[in-house]
Amino acid sequence: MATKENGPPAWDPAGLKEEMLRQYPPKVARKRAKQMVINQDQPSGAPEIMANVRTIPGIITMRGCTYAGCKGVIMGPTRDIVNITHGPIGCGFYSWLTRRNQTDASAPGAENYMTYSFSTDMQDKDIIFGGEKKLEQAISEAYDLFHPKAIAVFATCPVGLIGDDIHAVAARMKKQFGDCNVFAFSCEGYKGVSQSAGHHIANNQVFRHVVGNNDEPKPGKFKICLLGEYNIGGDGFEIDRVLNKCGITNVATFSGNSSYDQFASAHTSDLNCVMCHRSINYVADMLETKYGVPWIKVNFIGAGATAKSLRKIAQYFDDPELTARVEAVIAEEMPAVEAVIAEVRPRTQGKTAVLFVGGPRAHHYQELFKEMGMRTVSAGYEFAHRDDYEGRQVIPNLTVDADSRNIEELEVEPDPQRYRARKAPEKIGELAQSGLPMKDYEGLIPDMEPGSMIIDDLNQYEAEKLVEMVKPDIFCAGIKEKFSVQKMGVPLKQLHSYDSGGPYAGFKGAVNFYREIDRLVNSKVWGYLKAPWQENPELSATYVWE
Amino acid sequence: MSKAPAYVSTTNACKACMPLGACLAFKGVEGCVPFLHGSQGCATYMRRYLISHYREPVDIASSSLGEKQAIYGGGPNLKQGLVNVMNKYQARAIGVATTCLTETIGDDVPGLVREFLGQAKVEGGAASVPPVIAVSTPSFGGTHLQGFHRAVAALVAQLATTAGPSNGQVNLLPGLVSPADARYLKEVLADFGLTGVLLPDISLTLDGVAKAEYELIPEGGTPLRDIAAMGSAAATIQLGCFAMPNPSAGQILASRFGVPLVSLNLPLGLRASDALFQCLERHSGRPTPERHARERGQLLDAFVDGHKYLAGVKAVVYGEEDLALGLCSFLAEVGVQVVLAASGGESPGLAQAVAEVSDGLAPQAPLVRSGVDFHQIGEQARALKPDLLIGNSKGQTLARELRVPLVRVGFPIHDRFGAGRILTLGYRGALALLDGLINTLLEKRQADNPVGYGYL
Repeated sequence: MATKENGPPAWDPAGLKEEMLRQYPPKVARKRAKQMVINQDQPSGAPEIMANVRTIPGIITMRGCTYAGCKGVIMGPTRDIVNITHGPIGCGFYSWLTRRNQTDASAPGAENYMTYSFSTDMQDKDIIFGGEKKLEQAISEAYDLFHPKAIAVFATCPVGLIGDDIHAVAARMKKQFGDCNVFAFSCEGYKGVSQSAGHHIANNQVFRHVVGNNDEPKPGKFKICLLGEYNIGGDGFEIDRVLNKCGITNVATFSGNSSYDQFASAHTSDLNCVMCHRSINYVADMLETKYGVPWIKVNFIGAGATAKSLRKIAQYFDDPELTARVEAVIAEEMPAVEAVIAEVRPRTQGKTAVLFVGGPRAHHYQELFKEMGMRTVSAGYEFAHRDDYEGRQVIPNLTVDADSRNIEELEVEPDPQRYRARKAPEKIGELAQSGLPMKDYEGLIPDMEPGSMIIDDLNQYEAEKLVEMVKPDIFCAGIKEKFSVQKMGVPLKQLHSYDSGGPYAGFKGAVNFYREIDRLVNSKVWGYLKAPWQENPELSATYVWE
Repeated sequence: MSKAPAYVSTTNACKACMPLGACLAFKGVEGCVPFLHGSQGCATYMRRYLISHYREPVDIASSSLGEKQAIYGGGPNLKQGLVNVMNKYQARAIGVATTCLTETIGDDVPGLVREFLGQAKVEGGAASVPPVIAVSTPSFGGTHLQGFHRAVAALVAQLATTAGPSNGQVNLLPGLVSPADARYLKEVLADFGLTGVLLPDISLTLDGVAKAEYELIPEGGTPLRDIAAMGSAAATIQLGCFAMPNPSAGQILASRFGVPLVSLNLPLGLRASDALFQCLERHSGRPTPERHARERGQLLDAFVDGHKYLAGVKAVVYGEEDLALGLCSFLAEVGVQVVLAASGGESPGLAQAVAEVSDGLAPQAPLVRSGVDFHQIGEQARALKPDLLIGNSKGQTLARELRVPLVRVGFPIHDRFGAGRILTLGYRGALALLDGLINTLLEKRQADNPVGYGYL
């Protein structure tokens, strides 16, 4: 009987890959083989992986659709924009506050429409005769009800097929209201390979219709925007707490705990800090081109990573007072973190994790596991592109296919009034020289240990094989995977919505995470699978592979 | 009561979409994998929703259509998807439901399935090809309850084959009920000594056990051979009467195989449960088994004891039509005054049915609104000032606003634990509901009381 306490059981990545592919028809196996990579040290850099390609029909994928990425992920966390789903009822219903992004609407006059789900609830006759009239009325009703600053319209599959011109309707209504910005998203579910396409469509429209609308300068000496942070379980609150303590002003978060006005003022910050680069790196590029604001990659998942990110921000602003403040905050926060690490580490040291989420979460969370002495032996993304795996340098080599061509790339030029280069090119060069490169991020693969297995768009069938052969101590994915993995005797931590937990970002979040993982990987429950009256009760602590 | 204002848009819907209901029905068939023909987001959203309610694995396959297929048709993806599900999952049946996308582009799914079965390249050869059941479920055509009943009808229409000599069994079509309810109904049938087919049967597939070994397809569900034999049954008992297709599963069995159809309301509360037990007495030729007779007595005893807490309490109920009707019937029996009964689905017959079950017990028939959303329910509820709400989790924001408790029944329940184990049917279910109702009210009364009395 393999004991889990004596270090991770040996498994052979090549054997795992072979086993996963064995049941596939040849064509499917060839495609999936390119989406599975065994990490190895090689002089040429990270091995290449195929990513951001269509899911194979009938394979039960973790992925969602373009609408989900646009309406649910990016626009969902903004509290004071009324979101109207144009389509039959299902899509609006399923995206009705199903992510655990939190918002703080306690300020006087702050509106919060996140608890609402508006839909045109299209019926047969709307499909046949067109739904533009109905959409127009729905927008009017929402306007009459709330008089919001903005109304956003989201297309579902039938809308593109029947040819409703949602952008024309939005423009007409905006003009009619005069005091309400109305804009639309062509985020039909069938576009793109995953929710990633929806992120892009959402961010493009926010950039086009909202950013730059408010030039009034925000108070604060060190002003940043946080891009790609969605305030799941209150992550954004913790990050803001730490930033405030350091004297750094967060002008806008895209889009956790955000408001319309934050987006409108985003161009007034002096640095963009990118968390989830997958969902938003193109916005950071556009903000730089149009307004002159440089961007850096940050990561607030992991206490060490948080400290490092704060230091990067201080390095950018290059102000002795800020640098001292940041160091003081780190020194103040770390003892509590270290105390909990010392407490849990004897129980978590050497245990193994596999991570299949997102977006960069499958990468970022490895920091937290490292801090607990745990190893990530296999990981992969649900909707990432090659640069998320291999690093930003591969972007020029990415294959442009029909699906990526489908997603609009905005042509951006410096704004004649608002462009202001925040740092001279020489200064940017100096920062890069001293270890702070602008607009760069590393991939997941180079960060993982040799022999680890990287799998893109893992599906339900492969997840089962993975658990069977790798026998991780914890599996990180989402609620769709949770109960099947747990039925195999392995605890699953939801890293999309955090189960009912969080925050996990920043210093306080790290402590929450250590405690949560300690609880999960040391659970005794599976030891009781066999009832005392069943044979061999002394072997009752069995796992499925034993 | 003034007429509610009419809206064109839907704000906070009180209904989900048709394919979700179809997937639920397919999950109650042994070895069956639900399959959505459309964009992969549909399967992901519905899986997410069903999984968070039942806290069980729910695999739903998708043909993952992209822009190209949206233009040229989804046939090749559908066929490839079916092969993959068959080979990977060793599915014993696949239930294909359409979505808005494939209904809008007009894919002929039954035709594509026939074509597929003719040319199927599945491991083990054509003989091992499992049945593929197709059902049309565009979200723009109705609610999740309608999708559910359409799928049940499709299962019967496409799988029931024999009209052999009567096998004496009873077909029981439970409607959209919880796994606990399904389990209870099976137990009742067995206690009457009846061989019954429950279709669908989610008692185990959506409330599974922890096991040493994982099964890709969970055990349980109505066996395919039992569905095939439904045409030989002595009778079909159909619970619930709203949102049925024409013909419904029961009507198909009646017209095609001559199986008599008995249609009953969902057995919620005393009288509706009495109707079911009377019906089973007739079909089994036996009196109600002792333990159920005793449960009826215990329920009545509790009615007497509990009346002082419930008399005059005003409630708003909402949910699927059959659930709303059943709750009205039960609440009238225990002295709760339903001030509003609402359903997301549009069923003009609901008002009449609610008036009938309230007649003679409730001082006045509840206000009934069908085809409404939570915005409209809220507008009415604010004026009616109820003491509590009864329905699914989606009424939580309204309950919070009105500062009244919400007793959770129905679907979806994603802010409480154990949704699959909520029993509401029969004498036993009524008693559980009654206890829950009274204790919820007492808890609030105690919490709100400045003194905090210990005896209530």
